[in-house]
Amino acid sequence: MSDKIIKVKTMAEMTAAGETPEILFWVGCSGSFDDRAKKITKAIVRILDHVGIKFAILGSEEGCSGDPAKRAGNEFLYQMQAMQNITTLNMYNVKKIVTGCPHCFNTIKNEYPSLGGNYEIVHHTQLVQELINTGKLKVQGGEFKGKKIVFHDPCYLGRANNVYEAPRDIIQKLDVELAEMKRSRANGLCCGAGGAQMFKEAEKGTKEVSTERAEEALSNDPDIIAVGCPFCNTMMTDGVKHFNKENKTKVLDVAELIAKANDL
Amino acid sequence: MLSPVVFSILLISVAAFFTFHAKKIRRNILIGKDIDLTANKGERTKTMLKVAFGQSKMVVRPIPGIMHFFIYAAFVITQIELLEIVIDGVSGGHRRIWHAIDGTALSGLYTFTINFIEILSVLAFIATITFLSRRNIIRLARFQKPEMKGWPTKDANLILCAEIFLITCIMMMNSADLELQARGETMRTASFIISSNFQNIFSGMDSSTVHLFERIGWWGHIMGIFGFLVYLPISKHLHILLAFPNTYYSNLKLKGEFSTLEAVTDVVAPNFDPAYKPKTDPNNPVRFGAKDVHDLSWKNLLDAYTCTECGRCTSACPQNITGKKLSPRKIMMDTRDRLTEVGKNMDANGGKFVDDGRSLLGDFITTEEIWACNTCNACVQECPVNIDPLEIILEMRRFLVMEQSQSPAELNNMFSNIENNGAPWQFSQADRANWTKEQ
Repeated sequence: MSDKIIKVKTMAEMTAAGETPEILFWVGCSGSFDDRAKKITKAIVRILDHVGIKFAILGSEEGCSGDPAKRAGNEFLYQMQAMQNITTLNMYNVKKIVTGCPHCFNTIKNEYPSLGGNYEIVHHTQLVQELINTGKLKVQGGEFKGKKIVFHDPCYLGRANNVYEAPRDIIQKLDVELAEMKRSRANGLCCGAGGAQMFKEAEKGTKEVSTERAEEALSNDPDIIAVGCPFCNTMMTDGVKHFNKENKTKVLDVAELIAKANDL
Repeated sequence: MLSPVVFSILLISVAAFFTFHAKKIRRNILIGKDIDLTANKGERTKTMLKVAFGQSKMVVRPIPGIMHFFIYAAFVITQIELLEIVIDGVSGGHRRIWHAIDGTALSGLYTFTINFIEILSVLAFIATITFLSRRNIIRLARFQKPEMKGWPTKDANLILCAEIFLITCIMMMNSADLELQARGETMRTASFIISSNFQNIFSGMDSSTVHLFERIGWWGHIMGIFGFLVYLPISKHLHILLAFPNTYYSNLKLKGEFSTLEAVTDVVAPNFDPAYKPKTDPNNPVRFGAKDVHDLSWKNLLDAYTCTECGRCTSACPQNITGKKLSPRKIMMDTRDRLTEVGKNMDANGGKFVDDGRSLLGDFITTEEIWACNTCNACVQECPVNIDPLEIILEMRRFLVMEQSQSPAELNNMFSNIENNGAPWQFSQADRANWTKEQ
């Protein structure tokens, strides 16, 4: 991946310049603040920039989608967040959104409508799939050619929204060997982060969920564990470290695979 | 003739007993909060046909799926033979249906049906033995979880043994009858494909003994059925009936969409839209989330009665797999146990619930279980009859957070971060786009 900094405009900047973006890139909290997830954010930006889509971010006007608050039972806080975001999105007359976070994706797609927020939102893997299918993005395997990749389904992309094929479709375009875990697609095992578990210690048990899932992924002896969620990324990275396999197996987002393979 | 009278009295008593308990179960389910699930009748019917009738989610795990299908098919088809048993019982006759159609074109259908029942009965017999060994010899992990200790395990084994008893009786009835037919004692039917193989067991006996065996088989089968109907309301086996309404009223939305609390919207929305009109009645404040069965929806409670404790949910739960206390099956079993308790309370108090100082959350389900959930929907995905344990868990979290302010300290930190700086971590909202300037 190149080191050049791509100028990313905010909605406020675009609106001030009298411009309208084709799509809003919803970055999410993890993508904005987590050092590892920021790399995924930048990979998505490189893809958008490469295909020449005019996009904008909300920047400091973006707030947590409310997902962790809602799943943790704090409906008040969730609705405060949701309505604040809806007010902002509606003010900018946003129609189409892409996001790298399946949790933001799910909440905005399925839960914002009942509070007055109606947008067409896609997960970045869906957008990339569309770009490839329409010929706007040509991909090649590059450094990943022939590598063994196993894809971990994020719960909020897969089971929650039935998106199973888009990420797989893209990965296969990279000329790699796509391996499947026994528990995949609708039977995929959670990474352990969802339901606000990301923000608290696990209850007493025999094992971390991330360890269980990483063990399953590593049993395929993959070069790469591909993910489509910044939280899964954290959890799977932890899990791989638990088995001291970080030198053999990398955990990468599908967006990073595309950006790296194509020197974006 | 004494037996038609005895039979008719038994039949009416059992039907009355079952109706009495079915009504109680219905009343208990309707303790739950009202929700409107009447829309989308076409899609609902389709879901029911696919999931309950067609068992589409059972066969995801092929061995138990196919085995269960044998028992299910045998159960459904045997009702035809049961119909003749009831007609014979009430009228004091013998194979009345055959009597009515012997010599007509329908007689072939009779033979086909009985043969079909016999073949399915053998398959069901094999399936039942397989199920008993999965529970008691192979001891599959999901049948050995803590919530299965005691009655639930006995309940499951009892039902399986009852199935073996029913199949044995009907085979004994048919094979003894074939022997009697061969001796010209009873009216001739065609030979039956399975029971004819057992006919020679009776060949050395005198006809009155064979007749006795035929009667034992006949009475044994029908008493087994009667016993099953009496037992059904207190067993975990209601899924044979409730799977149909429960799948009909399935959640048709995407699994990721969690309900929006309108009562909360009524409080929050005016901050953003001064012209907002409340949707709920402010004079009738509702409890946020669920502490007890009264706070759950009737669908949640129907779910609880439908659960047959197969434990597929629990075996797919990431938290249970990793040794945590949370077990989605236990959530459903606890909900049903508490609901039964509440129902008994109402019975004892003239139909009104009198506060017993107990509640589902606290006395049955612990906060440790509630806070462990990943909301990953694996349990919902797994359930062969579309039960949703996750909704109950979420409602209890809502109660703990919004009514009790009892969330784990780390989650409270997360809440205040979101509230103060719009992110679950302590980063300033103003810094959200800082990454755009970094390499």
